[in-house]
Order: sequence, then C-alpha cells, then structure tokens
Amino acid sequence: MLMALLRRLVFAFCLASLITPAWAVAVDTPLADPVLEARARAIHKQLRCLVCQNQSIEDSNAGLARDLRILVRDRIAAGDSDKAAIGYIVERYGDWVLLQPPMKGRTVLLWLGPLLFLLLAMGLIFLWYRRRSGSTAAAVAAAPLSADEQARLKALLDDREQT
Amino acid sequence: MIAELGHYALVLALSVALVQATVPLYGAWRGMAGWVGLARPAAIVQCLLVMIAFGALTYAYVTSDFSVLNVASNSHSAKPMLYKISGVWGNHEGSLLLWLLILVLFGGAVALFGGNLPAPFRARVLAVQAMIAVGFTSFVLFTSNPFVRLLPAPMDGRGLNPLLQDPGLAFHPPFLYLGYVGFSMAFSFAVAALIEGRVDAAWARWVRPWTLAAWCFLTMGIGLGSWWAYYELGWGGWWFWDPVENASFMPWLAGTALLHSAIVVEKRDSLKNWTVLLAILTFSLSLLGTFLVRSGVLTSVHAFATDPARGVFILAFLIAVIAGSLTLYAIRAPAMKGGGLFAPVSREGGLVLNNLLLSTACATVLLGTLYPLFLDAVTGEKITVGPPFFNMTFGPLMVPVFLAMAVGPMLPWKRGDLLGAVQRLKFAVSAAVIGVLITLVLAYDGPWLAIPGIGLGVWMIAASLEEGAYRLRLFRAPIGESLRRLGRSTRSAWGTTFAHAGAGMVIIGIVASSAWQVEKLQVMHPGESQAVGPYQFKFEGAVPLDGPNYAAVRGTFRVSRDGREVAVMQPESRSYQNPPMETTEAAIRTGWGGDLYAVVGDPTGDGAWSTRFYNKPMIHWIWIGSLMMVLGGLISLTDRRFRVGAPARPGGAARAAGAAASMAGK
Repeated sequence: MLMALLRRLVFAFCLASLITPAWAVAVDTPLADPVLEARARAIHKQLRCLVCQNQSIEDSNAGLARDLRILVRDRIAAGDSDKAAIGYIVERYGDWVLLQPPMKGRTVLLWLGPLLFLLLAMGLIFLWYRRRSGSTAAAVAAAPLSADEQARLKALLDDREQT
Repeated sequence: MIAELGHYALVLALSVALVQATVPLYGAWRGMAGWVGLARPAAIVQCLLVMIAFGALTYAYVTSDFSVLNVASNSHSAKPMLYKISGVWGNHEGSLLLWLLILVLFGGAVALFGGNLPAPFRARVLAVQAMIAVGFTSFVLFTSNPFVRLLPAPMDGRGLNPLLQDPGLAFHPPFLYLGYVGFSMAFSFAVAALIEGRVDAAWARWVRPWTLAAWCFLTMGIGLGSWWAYYELGWGGWWFWDPVENASFMPWLAGTALLHSAIVVEKRDSLKNWTVLLAILTFSLSLLGTFLVRSGVLTSVHAFATDPARGVFILAFLIAVIAGSLTLYAIRAPAMKGGGLFAPVSREGGLVLNNLLLSTACATVLLGTLYPLFLDAVTGEKITVGPPFFNMTFGPLMVPVFLAMAVGPMLPWKRGDLLGAVQRLKFAVSAAVIGVLITLVLAYDGPWLAIPGIGLGVWMIAASLEEGAYRLRLFRAPIGESLRRLGRSTRSAWGTTFAHAGAGMVIIGIVASSAWQVEKLQVMHPGESQAVGPYQFKFEGAVPLDGPNYAAVRGTFRVSRDGREVAVMQPESRSYQNPPMETTEAAIRTGWGGDLYAVVGDPTGDGAWSTRFYNKPMIHWIWIGSLMMVLGGLISLTDRRFRVGAPARPGGAARAAGAAASMAGK
C-alpha cells in the first residue's frame, strides 16, 4: 500500500518536472499489449524513414526512425485507430512519408503505367506478328522452290536421315 | 610520384581511346587493313594504361598516402588491409576508375580473344567500346580526378563508411560493375552490327557469351548486395526496392530478356531488330543506373557525388549515348529483315512472352524509380514509391513468367503443342500439386497467397529437372542410351536447367521466409528467455569488446529447442570512430530449415538491452538459388559452340567493303 503510494508519487513527480526516465525515449520498448504492438508494427512497415532511402521505419537503425516508431506506439497506446495514427504522421510529414503512394490525380500514371505498358507491348507484338506472317507467307507462296533448290533440299534431308 | 604516374597514364589512355574510337571505324568503312588493324593494339595499350592508373591509386591506398586527397578523405591508417584495398572503389572517384578499368578490360579481352570475329567487325566493336571509354575517362579526368594532391598532407585520413567495411561489400561493387559494364559489350556489338547493317545467327553467337558473362557477374553482384543488406543492416530485410537497388535490377531484367531473345536470333534468325534494340536499352539502363547513383540525384549510402557538374556531365553523356545509338537504330533497323516464321505456341513464342513480361517488369521498376523525381521536378510535390508499390505491380507480372519458363523449354521451335508440353511435364504437375497440399497441411492458417507461391516454386524446380530428364530420355530408354545422350547434350541446355531451377529456389525462399517468419522484439535482462517459434533464446548478458578500428558490445544468447541447446549466438553492436557511426552485426545461424537471426540493440540503462530475434524459414534458398542461376550461366558459357565460336561468315574478306553494298541491295 505504502509502496504503491510512493510509486505514484514518484510518477507524479516525474510528470510534473518533465523528467522522463531516459530509457523511455532511448529504446524501442514494445507495447505491453501484443495486439496493440502488432498494430503499431504493421504501421511501422508503411511509413518511410525520413533520412534513409526507401526503408521503412521498421527496417531502419536511424535515430529519427526510432523516434517515429515511438511516436506511432504512443498514438496507438493513446487509443488512435490505425488510420488516425497514420493520418497524424502524414499531417506532419506529408504524403512523402507513405511508402505506398496514395492513388490520386497525380499518381494515376504511376499506378496505371505498368498496365498501360503491358497492353501497348501486347498490341505492338500482335501488329508485328500479323503483318509479318501476312507478308512472309505471301512471299513464300509467290516463290516456289526451283529445281535446283529442290535437289539441295533432298540432299540435305537424306544426309540428315543417315546420321 | 606514383599518383602523378597514374594521372599521366589516365591522360594517355584518353588519347589512345580517342584514336581507337575513330581510326579503325574509318578504316573499316574504307576497307583499309592497316587502319582496321590498329584497333587491337590500341585496345590492349588502353587497357594497360588504365591498369597502371588503377594500380597507382591502389598503391596510394595500400601505403596510406594521405597527401592524395581521395585517400585522405576515404581511408584511415588503422583500417584492416582488405578495407584499404576495397576503399579504392568505396568512393565516387575510385568507383568510376573501377568502372573504367572494367570497361577497358572487356575491350582488351575482345582484342585478345576475339580471334573468331572478322577484323572489320572487331574493329568497329572496339571503336564503339572506345567511344564509351572516351566519355568515362573524360568524366574521371575533368570532374572526378582521384589523383588530386592535398597539401599539407594530414596526419591521418577520415576513414571509410563503416557500413562498407565488410567482406560482402568489399566484393559487391566489382561484381556489380563487371555486370553493368559487361553489357557494354552487347551494346558495342549491337552498334557495330547496325553500322555494318547486318545481324545474323553468327552475330548472335558472338554476342551471347559476352552477355552471358555480364549477366552472371550482375546476378552475383546483386546476390552479394542483398546478402550484405540481410546481415549488415540488422533488420533481416534483404531487398528494399531502394532506387539504388533498382538501378542494378533494371539492367538485370533487360539483360535477362536479351539473353533469351538472342537465342531466337541465333537459332531462328528472327527478332533481330528487337534484340539489337534490347542490347542498346540494357546498356542504357546500366548508364542510367550509374547516373542515378553517381549524380547524387538520389541521396543514400551509395551516392558519393554532390557536385552538380558531375551530374550534368554524366547526364549529357547518357543522352548522347542513348540518342546516338537510337538514331542509328532508327536509320538502320528497317533495312534488317526478320527470317523464320513461327506459330504463337512455340519455343519462339515462349521467348517472346518472356521478353514481353520482363520488359514490362523492367518498365515498371523504371517508372516507380523515376516517378518521384519527375513529379518533384514538374509539380514540386514529393512522394515516395516504396516496396508496397513494387510488390503490387512487379509481383503479378512475375507469376506468368514463372509459369511459362517451365513450359517454354519443352516446346519445339516453330510450332508447338501446349497441351502436349504440359502433359510431358506430368511429374512437375504432380510435384506442384503435392507441394501445395503439403504446404496446406503444414500452414493451414495462411497466409493463403503463400500456398500457390510455394506451388509455383516447386513447379519450376520439378519442371526444370523433368525437362533435363526428358532430354536424356531418362527412364524411357536404357540407361546406356541416357548416358550417351548426357555425353552429347549441349551445355547451354543444362545451363537453362540449372538457372531455371535456381529461380524456383529463389521463389520458394522469398515466399517461405516472408510468409512464415517469426519476429520478436523486446527488452531483456540477462538471464531472461524469449520464445521464438519452437526456439528459446536465453540472454546471457552483453560485454564490451575492442575491434581493430571500432568499439563493440557483444551479446551472448543460448538458443535451445525442446530443452537441447542448438546454438550460441553472439551478435555485436559496433561503434566506429572514423567516421563516427553505429553498425549492427547480426548473429545468424543457418540450419537446414532456415536462419535464426539475433540482434543486440541499445542498453536501457538499468542493465537491460533491447534485442531482436527472427526465425526465417528457408531464407537461405534465396542465395543458394541465386548461386544456382550463376552456375547455370557458367555452365552455358562452357558450351563448345561459344568457345570455338561460330565459323566465319561465308565470304569473310570481301565483306568489309561489301557491307555497304549489301545494305543498299536490301
């Protein structure tokens, strides 16, 4: 009973004087509730580390990434939904912080680009194939083998059958 | 003195390259044997000169000559010798010199071993190669000179980025560059063929071994890079779709497509225009990669250049190369007529599908890599295109590639029977079904996408093996007959078997390690234990440790399974002083089933440490599979047809002068 009171007093003192124990900010301490922690980790994977190249804050050793991890955990612990927690970060850092760019006017070309390229390439192959088989078939039909060529063909085929 | 010699050798190399880029070209056009003959000695001399320059820089690094600015900025006397040497290319100037060295080594190799090429064609190839060398030698000399002196010399250097002080990364850039720059051979062969106006089966045979060698090196380089990321960055990831990784992946995709389309040119005299274009694009993507990494357009561990003059120079060079070669292509390509006809379902058809999908995949990666740059330049809006985008777009494109690559080698040339080919793969079909069923039983709780993923990998491995067995008539003919067929079979077909099976292993590794990975992140006091899947990690404590040029903390974990100790793992957390930086050295224990991965992080101040553990099933298959792919490429390279080379084209000598006439005749 006394201990509990004492602990509460110490806690109040810390809060009041804003002396947060050093380890609380320095180290990635997972949230006690595994469900909340799993949600926080899933969000970590969607946010980019601000000082690295395309690494998520989950995958980065940078100090800034760690700070963001802790920030996300704080928001989740405070009862934010996933969407609200991500929104909180995006509000401060912009769309840039999202590893998956949102689908909107300026990113339409990005998201549809691969499909457009595939369709274009398929169309080109189709046209090429049709034109080529048309023209070459006509050329072949127009020029039957001469007697000389027939003889060579026969010689080649005979030769091949023997080996 | 030594540094000045290197500088001087580089200036001489530029002069030789200028001669090599022009004189043989004119000689080949005019049919002057003496001028044509200049290409070979010029290429060899140029190669020797750049080797002298590279040797001089290496000497400065090995002897820690801090009066050379480049050494002072990137080395330190306390570094182990391995990293003094790898420090030569661990910086902007030195890595460009390595790029150049590899370029001229390839040129020298053509000069020495290209005896089977007709002299005028070889002269043109070497001239094109020298044009690239002129660009890069000027780039080194005028914007990125590694031989600049620093007076007075400092007592010690500033050191190499500690992340780069690692055996895996010491050899990663040379392999990567051997691949990147190796594609310059395909480019030079393509441009030389365009100048001659002639692409045929012989051309495809000449260009294929060079492309294959470059592809093997690039595969090895990318594999080493991802392996390094896996154990050095300390988060268990191995591929981040980082723009710099993409820069090496795009030439790989295009180069893989090129390898396959060159087969069609060689065997069926078709797809010629496309193959030449692909050769140009593959090297252009290598140059683009160099631009992206070296210009500082992207800022990351890999980008050393911050000087805009460098970016402008290399961009101008990139545009000159691409615009020049594509203009030549536009003029000459229409004159080249395709030969063999084929039905959509045929070996050729399968290779066209391969090219369609690989090019689309390559374009997707290009779009995702450059889109943020364009959007920023045009609208000022900053976005990030990260792994989710690439996984969503690139992944689905690869599924048909994997499905088809098992069937393709079973199809005959010209006209095939799809149903028949699949029926002949009945062992592979049953293996894939069994693989899916086993996966379902072992991992019934998902994730559901992993189940067909494993099936796909098993399908590829089994189909590759079955295709090999089919070729030998194994189990369908007496064993003596199969052995005789083994003796006679072509090596390149076995290369396909190995490479395709290797790709299947990579898929299984990727799917299994991402779907069933267990990761645990926690704060532990010494003596505490943590369960990771079936394993128990017991923390024995962490102690400080002194390395040659860093201070470290080493944690000790005893890992047990079912009460039996299976491993003692000792990850480290290192802090370097020159320059100050923290790195993680993960402890990895590789078993048959996969990797256990342990990281020790920061102390909490009250005697506890933050720790991370992973159990990554089958992740080592990614690298074993990559090695299998390289092995497949190497087996293919030993093919007799490539060694002896294609016989000279009929009427060899008359052709130099006749090339222009034959163009006109077409």
